[in-house]
Amino acid sequence: MTRLAKPYDDIPGTTIFDPEMAFKGYYLNQFAISLMKAENREKFKANERAYLDEWDMTEEQKQAVLARDYNWMMRLGGNVYFLAKIFSTDGLSFQVAAASMTGMTQEDYAQMMLDGGRKPEGNRYKQEQDNG
Amino acid sequence: MARITAGVASSHVPAIGAAIDLGKTDQPYWQPVFKDYEFVKEWIKNEKPDVIFLVYNDHASAFDMNFIPTFAIGCAPEFKPADEGWGARPVPTVKGHPQLAAHITQSLIQDNFDLTVIHKMDVDHGLTVPLSLVFGQVEEWPCLIIPFAVNVVLYPPPSGQRCYDLGKALRKAVESFPEDLNVQVWGTGGMSHQLQGPRAGLINQAFDNDFLDRIVDKADELATIPHIDYVREAGSEGIELVMWLIMRGALNDKVELKHRFYHVPASNTAVGHLVLENKSI
Repeated sequence: MTRLAKPYDDIPGTTIFDPEMAFKGYYLNQFAISLMKAENREKFKANERAYLDEWDMTEEQKQAVLARDYNWMMRLGGNVYFLAKIFSTDGLSFQVAAASMTGMTQEDYAQMMLDGGRKPEGNRYKQEQDNG
Repeated sequence: MARITAGVASSHVPAIGAAIDLGKTDQPYWQPVFKDYEFVKEWIKNEKPDVIFLVYNDHASAFDMNFIPTFAIGCAPEFKPADEGWGARPVPTVKGHPQLAAHITQSLIQDNFDLTVIHKMDVDHGLTVPLSLVFGQVEEWPCLIIPFAVNVVLYPPPSGQRCYDLGKALRKAVESFPEDLNVQVWGTGGMSHQLQGPRAGLINQAFDNDFLDRIVDKADELATIPHIDYVREAGSEGIELVMWLIMRGALNDKVELKHRFYHVPASNTAVGHLVLENKSI
């Protein structure tokens, strides 16, 4: 059996949500999408841990949600569009959530976007960053 | 006979929808975008399409992890705006065209494009933000809309070539529908953006402008761009641009560029917008 190539593995700072990740993140993502219903948002807000325990997620996935660490969630199979239901429940915008994944302050991130965004130069290959 | 008269391309950034819904369109941050879309708002009043075939992607709203169709056509009489976690957008229910959708479904599947058929589905910002940008805040959308959802959430999405070819088959399908209808095809999403990970915020203005240049008269070249180039150059979510190729494939080989707009940023994203008309020969 040959594994299919993953040419995106050498892109820095990027987790591609492929079928392997989708399998890993099934319950995490199903929990997240459940927050599209107002009654589930209320249950989650009232007691996050208790609501998470209703789902067949790994303990690490639950810890990542409680910590609101989106990079951690994505390493565990979370997909950003599913995870968006979590930060929407928190009343946060996509820009605030994205900033939290970059290690920048929200202000610095917003300014970077106003200045034209993160440049592709130096951000195409992991190798560029190792050297730089 | 039904005919495709024009194509519109537009980003579908959720923050644009929020700006409209919360009355922030006059803010300096948003002014460049809303000022530019005044063109298409006037243009569409004259064009008066009967039906819009609206190519977009669902953002984990209608499709959870249980089912992720690559190409899904909305064949229902109506589609409600989705609650994406902060309540549904205050926009009208989308009215479909089940007869034309059924006709297109049959024609495309017989042309080897294996569609998933949807009879009940809520539509998220991917579909409603472009409608709001073009029609503004209205009580009813002024035409019928066939939602066509393309998977770009789970990698790999369909290739650019597949999307372009599907567009060509779509043209054939629409033109064989016996009713006299003015049909537009819209391609939404993009342009360059990455919403996740430490590389979030990536924007590639050179890539985007080259795409805007070539989709007018060299779309066959764009169709050959492999996924990895979109991801590396235009960000993990920039791959949404394959959806524009369905729109372009559905138009004639020769089109007239009526309008072009590019702006950075809208939240995390580069906004691109085109209005293309089929040249009357």
